[in-house]
Amino acid sequence: MASIIEGDSVLSIDVGSATTRAILFDVVDGRYRFIAIGQSLSTAHAPFNDISDGVGEAIDRLAEITGRKFIDEEQHLISSIQEDGSGVDAITATISAGATLRIVAAGLLSEVSLESAKNLAESTYGQVVESISLNDPRKEEEQIDAILKTKPDLIIIAGGTDEGASRSLKKIIEIIGLAIYLMPKDERPAILFAGNQQMAQEVHDTLEPLSSSLHITSNIRPSVTTEDLRPARTALAKAFVEIRKTQIPGIEALDMWAGGRMLPSVFAEGRIIHLLSKLYGAEKALLSVNLGASAATLSVGFGSHLQTKVYPHLGMGEDIAKLLNYTTPENIARWLSIDIPLQEISDYIYTKALYPNSIPATKEDLQIEQALGREALRIAAESTQKKLPDDVPALKKNLFPLFELILAGGSVISNAPSFGQSLLILLDALQPTGISTIILDKNNLLPALGATADVNSLLPVQALETGAFINLATVVSPVSSARYGTGILKATLRRADGSVSTEELKQGGFKLFPLRMGETADLNLQPLHRADIGRGAGKKVTTKVGGSALGIVLDGRGRPLDLTSDDVRRRELIKKWLWTLGG
Amino acid sequence: MLAPVSHNLALTTIVRKRVLPVHGEVILRLNQRVLANSVIAEAEYSHKHHLIDVARILSIKPKAAEKKIGDIRVGQHLAAGTIVASGSGLIPNDIKVQQSGRVVALGGGQILLDTSEKELSLKAGISGEVIEIIPNRGVVIQEVGALIQGIWGNGRVNSGSLHILAENPAHILEASQLDISLRSFVILAGSCQDAESLKSAADITARGLILSSLHPSLLGLARKMPYPIIVTDAIGKQAMNKTAYKIISTNNQRENVTVNATAYHRYKGIRPEVIIPLPHSDLPPIPREVETFAPGQNVRLRRAPHAGAMGTLVELPTGRKTLPNGLRVLAGEVKLKNGERVTVPLVNLEVLG
Repeated sequence: MASIIEGDSVLSIDVGSATTRAILFDVVDGRYRFIAIGQSLSTAHAPFNDISDGVGEAIDRLAEITGRKFIDEEQHLISSIQEDGSGVDAITATISAGATLRIVAAGLLSEVSLESAKNLAESTYGQVVESISLNDPRKEEEQIDAILKTKPDLIIIAGGTDEGASRSLKKIIEIIGLAIYLMPKDERPAILFAGNQQMAQEVHDTLEPLSSSLHITSNIRPSVTTEDLRPARTALAKAFVEIRKTQIPGIEALDMWAGGRMLPSVFAEGRIIHLLSKLYGAEKALLSVNLGASAATLSVGFGSHLQTKVYPHLGMGEDIAKLLNYTTPENIARWLSIDIPLQEISDYIYTKALYPNSIPATKEDLQIEQALGREALRIAAESTQKKLPDDVPALKKNLFPLFELILAGGSVISNAPSFGQSLLILLDALQPTGISTIILDKNNLLPALGATADVNSLLPVQALETGAFINLATVVSPVSSARYGTGILKATLRRADGSVSTEELKQGGFKLFPLRMGETADLNLQPLHRADIGRGAGKKVTTKVGGSALGIVLDGRGRPLDLTSDDVRRRELIKKWLWTLGG
Repeated sequence: MLAPVSHNLALTTIVRKRVLPVHGEVILRLNQRVLANSVIAEAEYSHKHHLIDVARILSIKPKAAEKKIGDIRVGQHLAAGTIVASGSGLIPNDIKVQQSGRVVALGGGQILLDTSEKELSLKAGISGEVIEIIPNRGVVIQEVGALIQGIWGNGRVNSGSLHILAENPAHILEASQLDISLRSFVILAGSCQDAESLKSAADITARGLILSSLHPSLLGLARKMPYPIIVTDAIGKQAMNKTAYKIISTNNQRENVTVNATAYHRYKGIRPEVIIPLPHSDLPPIPREVETFAPGQNVRLRRAPHAGAMGTLVELPTGRKTLPNGLRVLAGEVKLKNGERVTVPLVNLEVLG
């Protein structure tokens, strides 16, 4: 297999919980471009229980679309470009499929290292099912029994500042070691150690012979006040893939195709946000959201900071019924423009959980699906916002930060029948503030681009620039305490052809300036009545904007968005907002 | 395109592997006949331990504690009151075992005892003949009969004689219908929409309920019921698919009907199912687990507007089609049993085989 740096064409395989994608990037006119995508049902689950069928079918679809051959008669990947044009130069792979990892988090103090261990766990497709710390009032044997009962896939151990005390950590390691010793050999978990580095050798000596795989990385809590998850995230990504190799047939072979570079999809997505953050500069925050079948994921990039959160309980697939642990059918119904009985919403959720690959086939079902997507994403965004560091710029403490760029993917959003529907789902759920460019990852390319980013930084950047994604809209969302109907923003759009449009946005209003793809314009924004669009109350902003699928959207509906409790009026408003965006 | 398969078969060969989660003892022989309730393997599977930290109790170093512990070995059973170590001095401090157990780990001046008294017993979950022994783990069982796979189960398993209470596929179960004459039966009961019906079935010690659908608010209660509950078609309110109803209802009073209401697990491939053993001469074929969509297949529609309907796949897509809600998808043409022809997304279909 050629090195990816030497290669021109790259085939990226993304194995999702519902869909497997084969994506081709190649050089056209000297620049990397997204060429085509082939998709198939994922086959990680029963009755297939092997990802290979889904991968093979996705590659077959891609071959049909491109007329290019990737697999030879002996079912081997053609690993370099042949004279007849068949083959690829390099392959990358990402995965989000598989049951949610069961994770035990261990640390010294519950509010310090244990909290960091949990934060790390939340950055992958896992759920913390048990915690062990010094504050734990249980006896040692009770802690052992608790670990045994949870049958963990992974144990994350943190604790102790580097060169700090080690005796307490040693005690925790002993408890974990004993618990693993008591497990059947073929059910022992992987271990990720991210604590006091002085203990690394002892951890290796004690736990390496016991665990299914041991990963030692730098301390995620090098001091009491500092949390640094970056190196540990890379180790966690590796541990995740190793665990999946033992759980799902076909992963090992795909990872070999990818030269051992397979990554969790969410890790690859975060890598792109991190890369873009560097390009955008330290003062601008970026966000990527993916509402997939296996989880809702959000990655926030701000300068060198990257925060990734994975919410398996908010995925749109088999775990969709868990959404009802966090919200109610009444809350979901708030997002509907038609009257649907709550019982139908409930029935829909359970049917979707039984058939996670299925899709809505009626208008009513599509509305419910999109309402579920809004509610899941809203809860995920709210949870992420609470854990962001204070230096991420925000207009108000409890509002979502000022995001320069929002990249969004996931079937509910990217497969919506119209761009207006995609955008409205995002605006309702995320409720961005200030001025944001919203980009739609129509083909869920972010994981694929992220997987190539560390070895070929040109490909993702050029693919982004050459239309792999759809620029959905530039959204201006003023924050204002003015009364409903009061003018809060005067916007003037001066197009390159000299034409000028002016609109006054009122509190509660929702306006659109069409500006087609390829056009540019000067946008002059004058906040009224001390409204704030990111530069301070009443401060004017003049900026150059590019065209997009929908244009410039002025969202004056309020932050936080307060939907009226009058059912009839609310449904009419939702219809009106959607109509404003083209239906 | 690869297709999910659901089995509703009047006569087939059913082969199921049953294994312990840990190593244990298989107590069946090859070719032995079993019932669904038969215990096939046992293991010691404990989540209850007791740690005796000799070093800490005696305030001595672990090495010294190890010497005090003496010749205790891993695997040894220690009765309550057994002295495992003694301190020094004029009045030595004896360390006694407080609860009897088996030594599972020893070292560092500590003794870890497994104090669990419970053994793990694995039930067959299916009647039939043992056709393979998996040493220390379990068996493979083969049965011939009718097989109906469900969509939801409450995690329990039992077997008994079958009674058909549901007079038609759309029957709604009422608590008053479950009287003492149905005691200890597996009951084809229709759609359950109220808690009283579930409780009444427990009162008459039903061996199992086969439901077409179950109201979502009853899922929690259904999980707590002491008998197996299997749902064939929907969480909500929906009639039973006619094929499943016909297969089950034509086997009224059949004995040893198994309701294996194991919870559906997408990744392990475990599905809840009803197995009705039937007399046979030759072994019928084992059903296929994986299919590729093809014209002529019998399919079930899983989502509205025709959820639960069955038909024949008559045409496969050549490209994406636009649904009435605007979604563009790969969709096939299905001729429903009533003759109506509808366009259905392939991901909303399952092959019945």
